[in-house]
Amino acid sequence: MKKYLWKNKWRYLIGGLSLLGSTIVDISIPFITLSMVDDVIVGRDMEIFKRDILLYIAAGLGRAFFQYVKEFNCDMAGCHVASGLRKDMMKHIFSLHKGYFDKTNTGELMARVKDDAGAVWDLTGFIGMLLTEATVYFIGVVVCMLRLSFKLSIVPLIFMPFLAYVALHLEKRLGKDYGNISEKNAALTKVIEENISGVRTVKAFSAESLEMKKFDDKNAAYGDANKQFDLDLALTDPLLGFIPKIMQTCVVAIGGYAAIKGSITYGTLVAFVAYSLSIVWPIENLGWMLSLISRGLEGYKKMTKVLSVDTEIETPEIITTDARTNAAEEICFDNVDFEIGDKEILKGISFTLSKGKTLGIMGATGAGKSTIVNLIERFYDATGGSIKIGGTDIKEMPLSDVRAFSSVVTQDVFLFSDTIAENVRLGQKTSMDIKTVKDAIRKAQAKNFVEKITDNYDAVIGERGIGLSGGQKQRLSIARALARDASLLILDDSTSALDTETEADIQKEIREKKDMSKIIIGHRISSVKDADEIIVLEGGMIKERGTHAELIRKKGLYYSTYEAQYGDYRKVMAVNE
Amino acid sequence: MAINSTREDEELEESLKLDVLKRLLLNLLEYKKEVAIVILLILLTVGISTAAPLVIEKIINDEIYDGNVKGLIIWACIMLAFFTVHFVATRVWRRIMAEISNDMILSIRRKLYVHIQELGVDFFDQRPAGKILARVTGDVNALKDVLSSTVTTLAPEAISLIVIITIMTVKSPLLSISAAVAIPIIMLGLYFCEIIAHKKWQSLKKKDSNMTAFIHEGIEGVAVIQSFNAEEEANKEFDGIVNEVIKAFKAAVRVTDIYSPTIEIASGLGTATLYYLAVAKLGVQAESIGTLSAFALYLSMFFSPIRNLANYYNKLITNLASAERVYEIMDMIPLVKDGEEVTDIPKIKGEVEFAHVDFAYPDEPDVDILHDVSFKVKSGETIALVGPTGAGKTTIVSLISRFYNVKNGAVLVDGYDISKVSIQSLRSQLGIMMQDNYLFSGTIRDNIKYGRPGATDKEMLEASKAVHAHDFISKLENGYDTVITERGGGLSNGQRQLVAFARTLLTDPKILILDEATSSIDTRTEILVQQGIGELLKTRTSFIVAHRLSTIRNADRIFVIDDGGILEEGDHESLMAKKGAYYDLYSAQYVSAS
Repeated sequence: MKKYLWKNKWRYLIGGLSLLGSTIVDISIPFITLSMVDDVIVGRDMEIFKRDILLYIAAGLGRAFFQYVKEFNCDMAGCHVASGLRKDMMKHIFSLHKGYFDKTNTGELMARVKDDAGAVWDLTGFIGMLLTEATVYFIGVVVCMLRLSFKLSIVPLIFMPFLAYVALHLEKRLGKDYGNISEKNAALTKVIEENISGVRTVKAFSAESLEMKKFDDKNAAYGDANKQFDLDLALTDPLLGFIPKIMQTCVVAIGGYAAIKGSITYGTLVAFVAYSLSIVWPIENLGWMLSLISRGLEGYKKMTKVLSVDTEIETPEIITTDARTNAAEEICFDNVDFEIGDKEILKGISFTLSKGKTLGIMGATGAGKSTIVNLIERFYDATGGSIKIGGTDIKEMPLSDVRAFSSVVTQDVFLFSDTIAENVRLGQKTSMDIKTVKDAIRKAQAKNFVEKITDNYDAVIGERGIGLSGGQKQRLSIARALARDASLLILDDSTSALDTETEADIQKEIREKKDMSKIIIGHRISSVKDADEIIVLEGGMIKERGTHAELIRKKGLYYSTYEAQYGDYRKVMAVNE
Repeated sequence: MAINSTREDEELEESLKLDVLKRLLLNLLEYKKEVAIVILLILLTVGISTAAPLVIEKIINDEIYDGNVKGLIIWACIMLAFFTVHFVATRVWRRIMAEISNDMILSIRRKLYVHIQELGVDFFDQRPAGKILARVTGDVNALKDVLSSTVTTLAPEAISLIVIITIMTVKSPLLSISAAVAIPIIMLGLYFCEIIAHKKWQSLKKKDSNMTAFIHEGIEGVAVIQSFNAEEEANKEFDGIVNEVIKAFKAAVRVTDIYSPTIEIASGLGTATLYYLAVAKLGVQAESIGTLSAFALYLSMFFSPIRNLANYYNKLITNLASAERVYEIMDMIPLVKDGEEVTDIPKIKGEVEFAHVDFAYPDEPDVDILHDVSFKVKSGETIALVGPTGAGKTTIVSLISRFYNVKNGAVLVDGYDISKVSIQSLRSQLGIMMQDNYLFSGTIRDNIKYGRPGATDKEMLEASKAVHAHDFISKLENGYDTVITERGGGLSNGQRQLVAFARTLLTDPKILILDEATSSIDTRTEILVQQGIGELLKTRTSFIVAHRLSTIRNADRIFVIDDGGILEEGDHESLMAKKGAYYDLYSAQYVSAS
């Protein structure tokens, strides 16, 4: 943050000077009134009258100028500081390793980039300015009051601790209420969200009354929390208005008494009343100002914590080999182990996939199939053995080369709220032409539905756009992977929502890509059976390996899967033939 | 509802919609008595606030100037009494408002939610969940603001403005000119601050929401971004979005920050005018200093009501946009709802008949998805529906569950036209399993009992044993009390299906509708799932959109659906022998398998 505060030093300097100027002018205004009353109205000095009138106007204009310069500079300074931090945060997040995200949930990180940066924005912008102003202003006014009448100053100052107490107390109460509201809001939101997402299930079981009951509970709790907030505000807030009014009355009464006794002039009385009212705002607003300040500091601390996390994927500083040229050759797992904590995920995995060949991977859920993909992409580092691309250990290669080597379609599809074309262009938004995009979409068997949508390739999808079915999303994510000119294509169980015909058509297109190596992970025999080698994983180890024909002959795990999926077909067709 | 990427802004239309406002304010009528009390109390407080400067005038002019200490004390006490009444009255009316505005919102939100429950699945298909959620939470909250601020801001501020102007004019028309000097300047300031700046703040809000969306997706999709080496690209895009926010913010504050300078100028000129007129024209003497003070106070009391009113207007038009979105949903007519006179369908045997059914989706009424479909299914029969994607298999089963109404013809269950019976009585006797079987957050027990909350644990155990879900559930650390997150997070695909089977079996439906999932699960679970299906099918009329060969072969009858109708019909053997569409479909699968 220091970097950004320093970057905005001129804004702060100008803002600070204007703040000082504006406060000095403001504090002098009651002195003009004092002179107006004592010298002009009582003393009938017409020379001073002209001067005072002009001073009023000048004070107004001066305040106007300083106020604007101050507010604008401080607002912009806060905006720039927070925006700079925000950019740094996102950049940093994009550079972090997958292990970090496994442990941190999205909502929490979002709060860092969004809300905490917002709190810093306030801290370094208007609220920092306001607190400074309140302090300077309060001190200035108290000094002026003491100069006017030491004894009379005691009256308004006695009320200040009470006012401060009420303000701080209210803030604490509201803070607590607010926490309660957001908690109840989260609970209500969850019920509604699930009801909407699960609407077909709700309707299928005609469970509307059960759903209403769930809703009513949370709705009432949320309503109560809001009411509590409003009630606390309704009870305490008027007190904040009441105390200054009592104070004002006391000042008028006691000051009036002093004026009657002749110990102060009328002008002093009028000026004093004005001063006593103007120390109210710094105290009255103390509560929320302090809470915003602490929120800003807290937010900054939380952001620094994220910024200080280092990626665990280390890349060499000096690249010795030209990995790019080797990259097209082959990928080789040599006795690879992978553990998370004490848990063994993969053990002794070895295979070599030469250029243009296909590797099939099968195995039950949790057997470690997707982990292999994560290791190839270097989302994690293997804990034993080595992974080489074209003979170079991937740890010796630049990370971007490792990731450029393969193009992955993951199990869980993630598309962005952007146009279909931009989604396919991911990573090459400036360089990829529309022909490549269309070609990839056609190969992924997505052309038909894309061209039926209004705006077709320019249609926006995602949470803010049109809804797509699971199968459509899968096809687009396949298109996205095909559009990249990578040496290795990895399909991680990525045809699960497609019917067998579409799957077969996509497979045909992929087979045409002769230069590309492929790794196909799936549960269906039909997905992997044409692979040059198939490995069957169980408990993180390779249980069987070979071609389709070899594995069938082996009559092991692969064969039993085959039987379960196609035994029926064979029997039936045998009868019919 | 708007469709846009993170780079574009969402549309937002704002204007003063009086009909929406009227409809909203009618809610206040339910609280006539309370609202009347609040308005009376507010009038009282306005009266006290506007009278206060007159008391100060009296104190300065009459008591202090005349040196009357006793009078000074008496008037000071009167003032304290006034302020105490003001304080108490404010507390009371704010308390009442807090109560009624929250109660009103509670009931509006409930009404909206009840209505949403009645809307058809098409409503949910067309909108992202986030947008519907925003209607029920954020938009409804905005209504509270309209309801309470109309009572607490519009009326009192307008009244106090009028009272202040009247008092000033009556007391001294000449000195009132000082107000006449200040007001136009304030108005100018407000024009900048509220009218022009409001639009700029709205535009900042949109930029901000783009940024939020980007941050959200960036974090959720970080693996994809890294996998595609798209970090640089994403950084650049984010920088662009943040710079847009900065630009929008700058545009907004540049205008908003004009407000306080104009107040300064107005009060400087106003005060100067006041003293100039008082001294130069009226020749005010020491004995009327109090009057001057009172005018100075009135002058300062202008600023806040005018600003509050402008603020009210701004918030009002923003909030009315929310209100309109809420009413838009409330006014939607549910696609499928109970007719005027419906009867409950009695306990059914499970006969289903389609009589010359035509069907088209409501958004494309001219494109018939089904055309003149007729068939009869006996109680206990298993029907497999096969055919290419998009042929209308899912449509047929949706019609039996009455997720949609037929265009022509009728769907009959046990001879009852289902459009003439209550939806609840029909659906509670059906077991409907879609491809996406949603599991709710909560325990597995709650999920299995979802369709029959009153079921005993024994019944639940029986159901889950029957579909082979018990094996894996009992192996979980907390068994049936294991808490899962929404969508069944924490369970594998296959396990989710087994829990959903148990949930359906527990309701003991007479007709079962099953849209088989195509998603692949590992072999062991697959076998369990098949056994689960087998258990469900027993003794029930079943319609299955089938992908699994075993299901198709074991069906009593197979309907081959294509071109909006039933192309072929019969059992597996007879259809194979026929060597028609079914045979072709079947052989294609076999070829890809061998």
